[in-house]
Amino acid sequence: MIELIDTRKVFNVGKPNEFTAVHDVSLCIPSSRVTVLKGPSGSGKTTLLSLVGCMARPTSGRIMLSSVRLHSPLWEFSGGEVSSLPERFLTEIRRHTFGFIFQQYHLIRGLSALENVMLPAYPRGEPYGILKRRAMALLDQFGIGGKAASRMEWLSGGEAQRLAIARALINDPQAIIADEPTAHLDSRLSEELMAILLGLRDQGKTVIIASHDPIVCDSQRVDGVVELRDGRVVSTT
Amino acid sequence: MPGFQKQKYLIDFTLSALLRRKGKNTALVLVYALVVFVLASVLFFTQALRREAALVLAGAPEIVVQRLTAGRHDLIPESYADAIRNIRGVSDVSPRLWGYYYDPVFGANFTLLVPQEFPYGRGNIVIGQGVAEVSRSSIDNILPFWTHEGRLTSFKIAEIFSSDSQLISADLILISEPDFRSLFGLAEGVATNLVLTVKNAKERPIVAAKIKKLLPDTRPIIRDEILRTYDSLFNWRSGILLVVLAGAGLAFIIFAWDKATGLSAEERREIGILKAIGWETSDVILMKFWEGGIISLTSFLSGVLLAYVHVFFTSSFLFEPVLKGWAVIYPEFKLVPFVDAFHIATLFFLTVVPYTLATIVPAWRAAIVDPDAVLRT
Ligand SMILES: Nc1ncnc2c1ncn2[C@@H]1O[C@H](COP(=O)(O)OP(=O)(O)OP(=O)(O)O)[C@@H](O)[C@H]1O
Ligand SMILES: [Mg+2]
Repeated sequence: MIELIDTRKVFNVGKPNEFTAVHDVSLCIPSSRVTVLKGPSGSGKTTLLSLVGCMARPTSGRIMLSSVRLHSPLWEFSGGEVSSLPERFLTEIRRHTFGFIFQQYHLIRGLSALENVMLPAYPRGEPYGILKRRAMALLDQFGIGGKAASRMEWLSGGEAQRLAIARALINDPQAIIADEPTAHLDSRLSEELMAILLGLRDQGKTVIIASHDPIVCDSQRVDGVVELRDGRVVSTT
Repeated sequence: MPGFQKQKYLIDFTLSALLRRKGKNTALVLVYALVVFVLASVLFFTQALRREAALVLAGAPEIVVQRLTAGRHDLIPESYADAIRNIRGVSDVSPRLWGYYYDPVFGANFTLLVPQEFPYGRGNIVIGQGVAEVSRSSIDNILPFWTHEGRLTSFKIAEIFSSDSQLISADLILISEPDFRSLFGLAEGVATNLVLTVKNAKERPIVAAKIKKLLPDTRPIIRDEILRTYDSLFNWRSGILLVVLAGAGLAFIIFAWDKATGLSAEERREIGILKAIGWETSDVILMKFWEGGIISLTSFLSGVLLAYVHVFFTSSFLFEPVLKGWAVIYPEFKLVPFVDAFHIATLFFLTVVPYTLATIVPAWRAAIVDPDAVLRT
């Protein structure tokens, strides 16, 4: 479970263009469920996602990861507050806990599909054979195993989307974070994507999606919808 | 071992990143290698010349005594040798005959020298390898010379010698004493200078002082002093090259600075993505470190290698105008390959290290931005 307590994010603190994008949000995101952050453009969805996903630190308030366990040679994390951890540890938690699917996919041009999938695991330094097998299994799972050696820019939009999902899963994270995942997809591909995300939930993953696409928000199969407006939570269902 | 495998992953990524930006990186390596090439050529060249001079002087006599007339080098009477022989510490004195001969046919200056013992007798000469090449002659050929009276005479080449040092064999001709005297019109009883053997190095300045007192019109020259003169001559010549060096260094600094401040939008984007998908700042910096290191090492090695070929195999053809004012004889002045490890190390620390650091700085600046920035691009 991910819990936000009075979380606030202020940009450009102390400058004339100071802007509060997230106002004292308190929120619980349950594990193994699909939660959708919904709201008009500029309501703070992406900002909130980046806080939840340990990409950025809140200006005030706390973010707790209760079900995360992490053992590394240097330190141990057994759940608790993450918002005050030093950058190195935050990165490590992020790498182990969250897989990101970006709106623009953010795949690396010039690299093959396989290399793109493996990339997030490089800093862990595990043996090449094992990593490659895991990456291939993911590509196969999303039906793009045949494109493993193709360069990323040769993939179709739908394939690139699935490649981005495969990459998000390479470190076997507990949670998947997707920002406007359907923005560049037609309705058929959007439905397909929702099916994949719901399937991940059924495997026990926590899925958090920011979107204002009705295909996502109004889906009967998502578990919770959090509605945002001007950086505040206006309703939760 | 995860640490090792991680470096391997980073290097793999770096290599493919370098290939992705082939054009830019090739240009980079070219400029970089050129700078190293110029610097290394200067180093190799001056270093090898210096060694060459040391070789020449190793065989030189401990003290040479010249006679001065009106402040100019003049012929010395052989009788001076007897007076000098009695000075304590002098174990041997002998007159030496040598001079320069300009050959109008080949447009070259030769050094003619009468050796202590000349085994071939009148009418014969022994020439250095360099002379043989200039005059395109071989053993038993005849070489023509103009005497001081303007008559044409000729000598038979009895032997061609080569030497460790190109400087020695390049322009040297050995000749018998009577031939030398008649060629240049030198009277009996005079010599070009006297050469002394003084075994004890500490006694040399004392002997020199005594000679000066005994024969006030002479100038004794101690070998160690020549060595110093040569050294300063080479230093002066390297001085010219120092300007070249400074120019190359400056170019390098500008180039490295440009690299340090510039990171393409594409590279920035990549760093952002890597951060966002879970790379640490230190991973990104490490990756850029490898990138800088690979570019740097490739350029350094090719620059040094090219310089080596340039100096030792193509006779430093690019430097010829600056460095070889002193003789026309060296049509092909091949230095004996000699490389000083210390200089290579210095060059390495002045190029590879700063360059690699310079590539890290912008990467670090790009990598410390919050990873959420990538969500908004
Ligand atoms: N780095 C920043 N500096 C200043 N303001 C920012 C920054 N990042 C976001 N904002 C502002 O915060 C507000 C919320 O932005 P955010 O991207 O979270 O909205 P969003 O709900 O994701 O919108 P959209 O649906 O258009 O993606 C916006 O008004 C935006 O201009
Ligand atoms: Mg957004």
